[in-house]
Amino acid sequence: MNTSLAWIKEYVPDLDVEAQEYMDAMTLSGSKGEGFVKLDADLENIVIGQIEKIEPHPDATKLVICQVNVGKDEPVQIVTGAPNAVEGMKVPVVLDGGRVAGGHDGKKTPGGVKIKKGKLRGVESFGMMCSIEELGSTKDFYPEAPEDGLYVFEDDAVVGESAIKALGLDDAVVEYEITSNRVDCFSVIGIAREAAATFNKEFKPPVIKETGNNEDVNDYIKVTVKDTELCKRYCARVVKNIKIEPSPKWMQRRLAAHGIRPINNLVDITNYVMEEYGQPMHAYDLETIAGKEIVVKRAENGETFVTLDGQERAMDENVLMICDGEKAVGIAGIMGGENSMITDNADTMLFEAACFDGTNIRLSSKRVGLRTDASSKFEKGLDPNTAELAINRACQLIEELGAGEVVGGMVDVYPVKREGNRVKFDANYVNGLLGTDIDEATMLGYFKKIDLGYDEATKEIIVPSWRQDLLRPADIAEEVARFYGYDNIPTTLPTGEATTGKLPFNKRIESVARDIAEFCGFSQGMCYSFESPKVFDKLLLPAEAKERQAVVISNPLGEDFSIMRTVSLNGMLTSLATNYNRRNKNVRLYELGNIYLPKELPLTDLPEERMQFTLGFYGDGDFFTMKGVVEEFFEKVGLHNKTQYDPNAGKTFLHPGRQANIIYNNTIVGYLGEVHPEVCDIYGIGEKAYVAVLDMPEIVPLATFDRKYEGVAKFPAVTRDISMTVPKEILAGQIEEVIAQRGGKILESYSLFDIYEGAQIKEGYKSVAYSIVFRAKDRTLEEADITAAMKKILNGLEGMGIELRQ
Amino acid sequence: MKEKLRAIREEAMKQIEASDALEKLNEVRVSFLGKKGELTSVLKSMKDVAPEDRPMVGQLVNETREAIENLLDETKTKLEKAAREAQLKREVIDVTLPAKKNNVGHRHPNTIAQEEVERIFIGMGYEVMEGPEVEYDLYNFEKLNIPANHPAKDEQDTFYINKEIVLRTQTSPVQARVMEQGKLPIRMIAPGRVFRADEVDATHSPSFHQIEGLVIDKNVTFADLKGTLEVFVKELFGEETKIKFRPHHFPFTEPSAEVDVSCFKCGGKGCRFCKGEGWIEILGCGMVHPHVLEMCGIDPEEYSGFAFGVGLERIALLKYEIDDMRLLYENDARFLRQF
Repeated sequence: MNTSLAWIKEYVPDLDVEAQEYMDAMTLSGSKGEGFVKLDADLENIVIGQIEKIEPHPDATKLVICQVNVGKDEPVQIVTGAPNAVEGMKVPVVLDGGRVAGGHDGKKTPGGVKIKKGKLRGVESFGMMCSIEELGSTKDFYPEAPEDGLYVFEDDAVVGESAIKALGLDDAVVEYEITSNRVDCFSVIGIAREAAATFNKEFKPPVIKETGNNEDVNDYIKVTVKDTELCKRYCARVVKNIKIEPSPKWMQRRLAAHGIRPINNLVDITNYVMEEYGQPMHAYDLETIAGKEIVVKRAENGETFVTLDGQERAMDENVLMICDGEKAVGIAGIMGGENSMITDNADTMLFEAACFDGTNIRLSSKRVGLRTDASSKFEKGLDPNTAELAINRACQLIEELGAGEVVGGMVDVYPVKREGNRVKFDANYVNGLLGTDIDEATMLGYFKKIDLGYDEATKEIIVPSWRQDLLRPADIAEEVARFYGYDNIPTTLPTGEATTGKLPFNKRIESVARDIAEFCGFSQGMCYSFESPKVFDKLLLPAEAKERQAVVISNPLGEDFSIMRTVSLNGMLTSLATNYNRRNKNVRLYELGNIYLPKELPLTDLPEERMQFTLGFYGDGDFFTMKGVVEEFFEKVGLHNKTQYDPNAGKTFLHPGRQANIIYNNTIVGYLGEVHPEVCDIYGIGEKAYVAVLDMPEIVPLATFDRKYEGVAKFPAVTRDISMTVPKEILAGQIEEVIAQRGGKILESYSLFDIYEGAQIKEGYKSVAYSIVFRAKDRTLEEADITAAMKKILNGLEGMGIELRQ
Repeated sequence: MKEKLRAIREEAMKQIEASDALEKLNEVRVSFLGKKGELTSVLKSMKDVAPEDRPMVGQLVNETREAIENLLDETKTKLEKAAREAQLKREVIDVTLPAKKNNVGHRHPNTIAQEEVERIFIGMGYEVMEGPEVEYDLYNFEKLNIPANHPAKDEQDTFYINKEIVLRTQTSPVQARVMEQGKLPIRMIAPGRVFRADEVDATHSPSFHQIEGLVIDKNVTFADLKGTLEVFVKELFGEETKIKFRPHHFPFTEPSAEVDVSCFKCGGKGCRFCKGEGWIEILGCGMVHPHVLEMCGIDPEEYSGFAFGVGLERIALLKYEIDDMRLLYENDARFLRQF
C-alpha cells in the first residue's frame, strides 16, 4: 500500500511533518512504513518562467536564444533546442545551480543532473527549460505534456513560482506494510485516520453531499442478488448524459503520485475513489444491459466469458457473476465484460459499488487466473458500509467535474446490515495484560482518536464497522498499547512459580554425537528434508525396496524436492560430491536430521520422524576409521556392551564386501560401509568414500550417562598370546565371541595384534594372532587359573576348525 | 706409603680435572676407586703395613678416597650440567614451523546459534521441546487462529501433503501441542526445522529453522515479554544492544509486535549492513491470543502468556556476516571450517 503524503495532509490539514518523521511515527503506531520516495528528490531551483523573446542562434540552426521572465527584475537568457518554444509560453525553468532528475529521453540520473550557466555554441545560457521527462515523470502521468519538447503550463500559471509545486511534485509517496487485519488501512482515508490519531491532529475526511436529479434510479435499473452469501451488498446508481473528457489536473496529480495513469474523467474518478476509500467500483454502459436489470449469481460450470481485456475465460459454479436479463456482463469483483464496457459513444452509465465475499473473490481470482486491483482489494474482506460512501463520493465528483447528470437515488440490496462490534472494556484488564498503569481517561482518549465509541452504561466499546479486527478485550488492549507507545511499556521479567530449564535426553545424546563427530574430524552439514524420487535409483535400490515408500508433497518446488526423504544418505553423498568437485581434500562430514517413514500410504497419520546421525568421508582413513567413530560415540553415551557387526547388511549402495549392520544388544542400530563404487561414480565422488548411519531412536533408549567406578586393578595381569591358522571365512568377530564367552570371569581384555594371509599360510586359511589378558580383582592369578581358561578358549576355537600355530 | 698416597691423590686430581666427558670421568673413577683401582690396591696392601701404623695409614687412605670422591662428584655435576646444556642447545627448534593438528571438525553455524539461544533460555528456566516437522493442518493453522481460507495460509506458501497434513510452516504448532498437554505453568522454547515454498536464493530457502518461545502462567504481561526479550537480545548480541518493539499482527497473538535490534555493526548509526536504518528486524512476538488459549483448553480469564518466534538462520547470518543463505546447505568444507 502506497499513499501520497500530500493526500494524507489534505484530510489531516494540521499535519506538518516531513516524510521521514511521518514514517517513523506511523511505524511505531502500527502502520509500518517500508520507505518513501520524494518525488522532488532530484529537483531543485525550478520555477515557472515565461518566454518573452525568441531570437535565432547565430551559429546553430537548431538552437534558439530565449529571454525568459522568471519573476525577477531582469529576464534570464536561455539557449534551447526545444522544438515547441514560442514567445509567451509558460514553462518550467531550472535556474543556474539547480538540478533536474534526468535527460529528456526519460533516463534518470541518480542524484539528479546539476544545471550550471554555460555557453551553447558560443552563446551564454543561464539555465534550462524542461520537458516533463527531465522533471522525472512521463507523458503517461502528465497527458497534457507535448510528445516532444518543453512542458507547457496553462495561462494562469504564476511566473516565478515553484514549478515543482505547480506540477504536484512537492510530495512524497510512502510505502506501508499493512497487516491483513487492517483492511481499513488499504485506503487513503484509513491511513489518514491513523495519521491524525498518531500525531494527535484533527481528522477531516471529505464531506459527502447529496447528489442526483429529480428522477428515480429505480426507473432505470432493477437489481436482484441471488447469492447473498457471496454478495453482501450491491449499490447501484445511474449517470446520464455522460461527457468523457480529461479529469482535472489536481486529480491527475493524485493518481500519478499513486502510480495510476490518468485516462479520462470517469475512469479517473473510479480510481480516485478506490484509492481514497479502498472500495473498487465498476461502470457499465446502461444501453448494453438487457432488460435493464442486474442479477448477481454464480456462473454455470463450463460457462465462458470475455473480460474487457478481450480474453475469453472459463468459469465454474464457484465464481460469482454480474449478469443482466440475458447474459453475464462481469466477473464479480474481478473484471467487467467486454460486452458492457463504457465506450466513447456511451451516454448513460450504471455505477456499481458492491461488497463481495473476500475468500470467494480470492479463490475465484486464482481459479480464473486473473488478479486485478479490484480483486486484490475485495479479497481482504471489505466493509459493506463503505460501498455506499464510495458510490456517493464518486457521484459527487461526477457532479463537481461536470462529467454527467447523476440520477436521483440509489438501488441498495443490503439484506443484513453490518453493525459494528461491541467489546467489553475494563481498564484493569488492559493494564493487567500490558503490565502498565494507564488511567482509564487516557485510554478513552485513544479510542476517541480512532472513532471508537464508548457506552458508559454497559462499559462497552462501540467499534465502527470498518474495524472488523476488534472483537475481544485483547484487541482493545492492543489499541491502547500502540497509542501509549510500545516503547513506553515497562520491561519486567515474569514472576510466578520457578521452572527448571532443561534439554530433553534425546537432545543431550545428539549433542554428544556432535561432540564426538567433531572430535573425530567431522564437520556438521545440513541437508534438505525433501529430495527427488530419482534418489532411489541413484542408490541402486530395487523396485520393491521399502525405502521407495515415501511421503509425497502435493505442491513441491519441483520434482527434485518432491518427496520426504526415507534415507539420509543422498544428502551426505551429494555434499561429499560437492566438496570433491571443488577439490577439497580429506573431507569429513556429519549430519543430524530426520527421515520420514509413512506408516501407510496414502498418508492418514503423521509419518514417523526418525533422527539419523549420518557420517561420511573420503580421503585419509578406511572402513575401520569409520567403525572407530561409531564406537567412540557408543562409549561416550554409555553403550558399553560389545557392539557386533553383521556383514550381511544387504545395502545396495554399499560395497558388497565392505558393509555391516551395527548391532547392539541384538538390535540393528545402524549400518556402515564403503560406498559402492558405482554409487560413487553416479554421485561423482572420485575416491573411496565411507559412510555410517546411526538410527538415533534405537540408540537413545540404550544410552545412559550413569557410570560406576569399578576401581583400579591392584593385582597383576597375565598376558597370553595365541597365534592361529583360521579358515578364511571365519570372522574376527566370531573368534572374539569365543574368547569372550569362554574366557570366564578372569578375562580382562583381548586384542588382535596380527592378521596375515599369504605365502607361509596354506590355501584358504589366514593367520590370526590375539593377545589375551587375564586378571582377578581379589588375588594374584595362579598358573592353573590361566591354563584352565586358555584351555576352554582353545577348545572352543578348535571346534571352529581353527588350528593353534606353534 | 704416605708418598704413594699423595702421588695417587695428585694423579687422580689431575686426571679428574682433565676429564671433559662423563665417560672419561667414569674411567678415572674406575682406575682409582674400582676393584682393580690404584687406591683399592693400596687398601689391599694394608696387610703389609705395620699394625701400629695401620690406623694412621687407614685414615690417610680414607682422606685420599674422600678427596677423590668429592672431586669426582663435583666434576660429575659440572659435566652433567654442561652435557644438559649442550643437549638443550642441540634441541633448539623453529617454533614457527606448522602445528600438527588433530583436525577437529566444526559445528554448523545454525547449530552454534541454536545452542546459544538454548543456553540463554535454559538459564531462564525454559524447557526445550520438540514437535513433528510433518504436521497436521490443525496444529499448524487452526489451533493458532488461522482457520480454513485464512489469507495467512496463502501468505505462508505452505507445502501440502494432503488436505490435513502439511510441512509445518512455523514452529508455533509446538505451542499448541504443549498447551494441550495442560501442564501449567509453561516456559518452553521449541527449536526446529520449518518449510515454506520459497525458491532458493541468497535470502530464501524452502527449508529453514525457527525457535519458538512460550510462557503461560498467571499474570504474565506484555511488559514481561519485553523484559524477557531484552535479556535475550543483550545476551545474544551484546550488552549495549538496544531493542525496539513495533506493533504488528499475527493471528495467534494479541497484542502483537515485531522486534528490531540496534545494528551491531554500526551501533545504530546506519550502515550498509542494516541498509542505513540502524535497526535490524529480528523476531515476531505477542501475548498469546485468548482464543488460542481457549482452543488449547486454558482459561484466558485465569492465565495469560506470551510467545515469540525467531528465525535461526537470520541470527546465524547476522552474527557471522554470512551473505548468502545457500552456503548453509551446500556443506562446503571450506565454509564449515570457519565456525
